[in-house]
Amino acid sequence: MKSDDKANLKRTTDNMDSTGSSIKSNNKTVKQLLLVVVAMFGFGFALVPLYDVFCDITGLNGKTNSTAATYDASGIDKSRIVKVQFITRNAKGIPWEFEPVINEIEVHPGEMKLVSFYAKNNATHDIIGQAVPSVSPGLAANYFHKIECFCFTQQPLEAGKDVEMSLQFYVDLELPEDIKTLTLSYTLYDITEKSS
Amino acid sequence: MTTNVIEQASHNEHQENEHHDHKMTGIKRWLYTTNHKDIGTLYLWFAFIMFLTGGALAMIIRAELFQPGLQLVEPDFFNQLTTVHGLVMVFGAIMPAFTGFANWMLPMMLGAPDMALPRMNNWSFWILPFAFAILLGSFFMESGAPNFGWTFYAPLSTTYSNGSTAFFVFAVHIMGISSIMGAINIVVTIMNMRAPGMTYMKMPLFVWTFFITAYLLIAVMPVLAGVVTMLLTDTYFGTSFFDAAGGGDPVMFQHIFWFFGHPEVYIMILPAFGIVSTTIPAFSRKRLFGYSSMVYATSSIALLSFIVWAHHMFTTGMPLFGELFFMYCTMLIAVPTGVKVFNWVATMWRGSLSFETPMLFSIAFVILFTIGGFSGLMLAMTPVDFQYHDTYFVVAHFHYVLVTGSLFSLYAGAYYWLPKWTGHMYNDSLSKWHFWCSLVSVNLLFFPMHFLGLAGMPRRIPDYALQFADFNKWVSIGGFAFGLSQLIFLAVVIKCIRGGEKAPAKPWDGAIGLEWTVASPAPYHTFSTPPSQQEIDDADQNQS
Repeated sequence: MKSDDKANLKRTTDNMDSTGSSIKSNNKTVKQLLLVVVAMFGFGFALVPLYDVFCDITGLNGKTNSTAATYDASGIDKSRIVKVQFITRNAKGIPWEFEPVINEIEVHPGEMKLVSFYAKNNATHDIIGQAVPSVSPGLAANYFHKIECFCFTQQPLEAGKDVEMSLQFYVDLELPEDIKTLTLSYTLYDITEKSS
Repeated sequence: MTTNVIEQASHNEHQENEHHDHKMTGIKRWLYTTNHKDIGTLYLWFAFIMFLTGGALAMIIRAELFQPGLQLVEPDFFNQLTTVHGLVMVFGAIMPAFTGFANWMLPMMLGAPDMALPRMNNWSFWILPFAFAILLGSFFMESGAPNFGWTFYAPLSTTYSNGSTAFFVFAVHIMGISSIMGAINIVVTIMNMRAPGMTYMKMPLFVWTFFITAYLLIAVMPVLAGVVTMLLTDTYFGTSFFDAAGGGDPVMFQHIFWFFGHPEVYIMILPAFGIVSTTIPAFSRKRLFGYSSMVYATSSIALLSFIVWAHHMFTTGMPLFGELFFMYCTMLIAVPTGVKVFNWVATMWRGSLSFETPMLFSIAFVILFTIGGFSGLMLAMTPVDFQYHDTYFVVAHFHYVLVTGSLFSLYAGAYYWLPKWTGHMYNDSLSKWHFWCSLVSVNLLFFPMHFLGLAGMPRRIPDYALQFADFNKWVSIGGFAFGLSQLIFLAVVIKCIRGGEKAPAKPWDGAIGLEWTVASPAPYHTFSTPPSQQEIDDADQNQS
């Protein structure tokens, strides 16, 4: 059996040579293809930062900046009024009361405003919350600047305690004309386990 | 000429038998084999068993949907059924079946003695049963099988998973490794093992489609591996790729998944194009119309498949520009596909047609695949997609392209090459029964789904509103009939292996290609010495 196998293998090798190809050139092609495989596996992961960068530049998914902006508007455009609405929701499993103190506010582009959100931990244990903002329409996200926001940091809240959290923002003067209403939505997540 | 070839072929066979009388027997032959024909056979049987398994799951789905209300299964188990049905059919039936065709036919069409990497070939097959053992085994575990849909959208498969995510991810990893190895083998074989004188543009179109498909596999299967890995770490190791609480984004999952997913659907249809581009000329007794346009059309479909993925996600809230871009790119794919359909029709035009079973399946393929293509065009239009999204219209669309498209082409190819594989002609009247039963039942099964979808019936639900009851009853009846019809095929194949009319080396007078120059059944080793230029040219002539 063994010797037959060897004879077979030799025969196959001979054949490959005789068909003008060789194990060498096979190995070369295999190596090149494996390189493509590895590169594409990496590309799958590279899509994650690429996605963030792409959305950052275009503001496509309504993601706002996760770091504080500085106020640098060159004045206030009194001729325009933009309605800014606030909505909140709790992700699955976080027993907090979480709502905006005022539901909507009218601002002029360039004008700085301070609003606050109310949160109360109804659970019997301490919870760390994290609010994730999103702006609708998505394309307006890049024109909504937060100077100070509770969403920039984690919010630890002891059992039964409540807190008022502030948000300071302004709407960019360059906000496209056709956008008259902005909706800022906060989703609150329980990240106690992840941050411990 | 032909008699010469046959004589020579049977002479070869005689020699081969002398050399290899004592090859391994029993289970060891199949476990240790590095022979492309053995591995092709293994792939084909495995695919057919998986097809029946996935079909059995579909039968339970259709039985539940026979009437409104919950009769047989719990909603959660229903979700497991649809998920595993999809995964088994895509990764267990259609893809391995095509790999089986590639293994059997590529070396014989290229005049090569075997695939370029026979040992890897063995491995790439034998890890597959383990992948599906893990996937199907999860049915019998406490957590149950994956229940988040074959598209495994996060957070359904992470935060809300029933605990089957790890098994699912490992199964997909193994399937991916198997596909990648199979694809590498196909590319290396085609690039390095062609008989001298067979240039790229002289290769049969069948070979071309597998060449391009293999490249698609190498490009996107690693992305699938990447996305399931992220899923795994999100679920079990605290990363936040798709978790908004940790700065991730669930919509990004869909982008990465469909970046794999859309080329994947062409992985399942391009080889089908190759098969019908072989059978239609054979039974029209004409050369394939527009060979080079077919090559370019296939390539451009493959390239376009990388820039259309977001048409699966129109309702995620994309800006208008994105919707328009993906809509137009998607519709652009209709152009090369139309070229192909036109070429098949032009091949039949004024040919001397005969309607053997492979031809019947091929013609049904052209017509029914085109219907599936048209509903695809409707879905490509962003404004109307908002209505069709996630309804039975989508289910109707992809079953028309995958069942009456890919599966029918597989049947066409199977009947076409069965005489070469087994050495016997199949039972003609049984095969006709298989065709006609399948044709009628498959349309009863999938056509009313269009109406259900347009009327608003959502997909992946175990229960539905009363007004959908009549259509669903017919769909279920069609489903049972189609399922039973496939058993006829099993009977045909078993009969054909056991005996039947002896097949000549070339049973179809219009067939061309090197595979018909060897005896039927194809000897264990073929083209130990490569065919000469003369032999290649002769095999390329459409003469009996």
